Amino acid sequence: MSRAGSKIMMPVRASLRCGAALLILAMLAGQPAAAQQANPNQPVDPDASAVKEQRLLERAPRIEGRIDIPDQKASVLMQPAGRRWDYFHEVILHWLGAIVMLGMLAVLALAYLVMGRIRIHSGRSGRKVVRFTGFERFSHWLTAVSFVLLGLTGLNITFGKLVLLPAIGPDAFSDFAQTAKYVHNFVSFSFVVGLILIVALWSKDNFPRKVDIDWFKQGGGFIKSKHAPAGRFNAGEKLVFWFALIAGIAVIVSGYLLLFPFYLVNIAGMQNAQIVHSVVAVLFVAVILAHIYIGTLGMEGAFEAMGTGEVDLNWAKEHHDQWLLDMPDKERPVRTPEPPLPGATAK
Amino acid sequence: MARMKFLCDADRCIDCNACVTACKNENEVPWGINRRRVVTINDGKPGERSVSMACMHCTDAPCAAVCPVSCIFPTEEGVVLHSKDLCIGCGYCFYACPFGAPQYPRIGNFGSRGKMDKCTFCAGGGGKEETGSSEEFKKYGANRLAQGKLPLCAEMCSTKSLLAGDGDIIAQIYKERVLKRGYGSGAWGWMTAYHEEIPV
Repeated sequence: MSRAGSKIMMPVRASLRCGAALLILAMLAGQPAAAQQANPNQPVDPDASAVKEQRLLERAPRIEGRIDIPDQKASVLMQPAGRRWDYFHEVILHWLGAIVMLGMLAVLALAYLVMGRIRIHSGRSGRKVVRFTGFERFSHWLTAVSFVLLGLTGLNITFGKLVLLPAIGPDAFSDFAQTAKYVHNFVSFSFVVGLILIVALWSKDNFPRKVDIDWFKQGGGFIKSKHAPAGRFNAGEKLVFWFALIAGIAVIVSGYLLLFPFYLVNIAGMQNAQIVHSVVAVLFVAVILAHIYIGTLGMEGAFEAMGTGEVDLNWAKEHHDQWLLDMPDKERPVRTPEPPLPGATAK
Repeated sequence: MARMKFLCDADRCIDCNACVTACKNENEVPWGINRRRVVTINDGKPGERSVSMACMHCTDAPCAAVCPVSCIFPTEEGVVLHSKDLCIGCGYCFYACPFGAPQYPRIGNFGSRGKMDKCTFCAGGGGKEETGSSEEFKKYGANRLAQGKLPLCAEMCSTKSLLAGDGDIIAQIYKERVLKRGYGSGAWGWMTAYHEEIPV
């Protein structure tokens, strides 16, 4: 407008200055000078005010307009951020996932080679303490089995084409990936139920206490000569618990945004939901790998807590002494063991 | 071999939607799926422009890169095709596409989108179906390219706004137009799709 306008205005002003009579005439006729801009003899410049792709993209990440078809998503003409998301998904996520998960496996392998299995120091007493009730174990395993299924089927979406596709071929891989997608979508519900149960059951025992500081000071039970005191859950377990809660909420919220596409968010929201979902998920997998290690291979006597629900008394003394002390008397018959009957052989 | 591209000369597009209709008819696209659409920017304001948009058949196509089952691929002519037999309907190609090209038969709650559908540059499908067969037509639509014809949307554009064909040739046509008429709002999407502008 300004370019075209000034070109026209100049001769108009010049002519006005030239003749006062013309000026008066113009004023008498009530014609403002601006009206002469619409001079049909001047060439029109349709490009002067035309929307330009580059200028629109500088102003907003997406170009949107009006559309004649009912699908309103289609009114987004262009979103170059798709290329950025592609870069995240194919480069950043592949490297991040590989480094975080393989790195954790390497750390755990190193821990096993250096420290070996953490044994029950004073050996097994043969007496058992109930650590987790049947319902607690059900909640744990519901979450755990869901998590493993979700983890494997989720990793398949990102890494399957690099690992599994070359091995089994495109047709078989596509069938597997389709099934895995549905498993991922529907197992998510049992994961949510499991996580809610876990939080309801164990939150009260996972709030930070003074003993947690001592646990860290004593090396968290990883230093053989030191005793790391702990209540029902030690500080390490508490960290895993709160991490699982926060990461769980993050993957659940982002996951359901992905499961019900475009209900609450637009295309940028879908990309961001996928970014949050995948980054939190690979971190979650790495943390749970450590959790699985310490609960099985890494520590003698730990798995039975979630297996049979009962742990050895000496294991409890060494790893959860305060829990044992705080236990109501009726729940710990083993605290005051009966003296061996005369004549009875020691177990 | 020619590198196939689309170019919409927005200074000529009159938002008549004939390209949309031509595409739907030629390819017998199912209800709810629009492989091509016309978006009007700054509707009713000075400088308004309409742009006809479909799959741009990108260089380094992001949809092909993010596909978890690698079912999307470029042909020798740069046309981006996909196999509906391998597609799992995850929706990732739609998130990665800068042009909103991938379409799905259903909304997709619980991952039930169905097989992805998009503009094939009227070049049939990327599956195992025989070129020009009725099976190919049913799944992917027409294979005009195999018959030596260009996409119908561009072929029947009444203002010749939409150009399809060898990228170098259509860029040349656009360049000549801009020089002759003295203005041009640019080749929409070319920077994002092909990493290049048309210097005029």
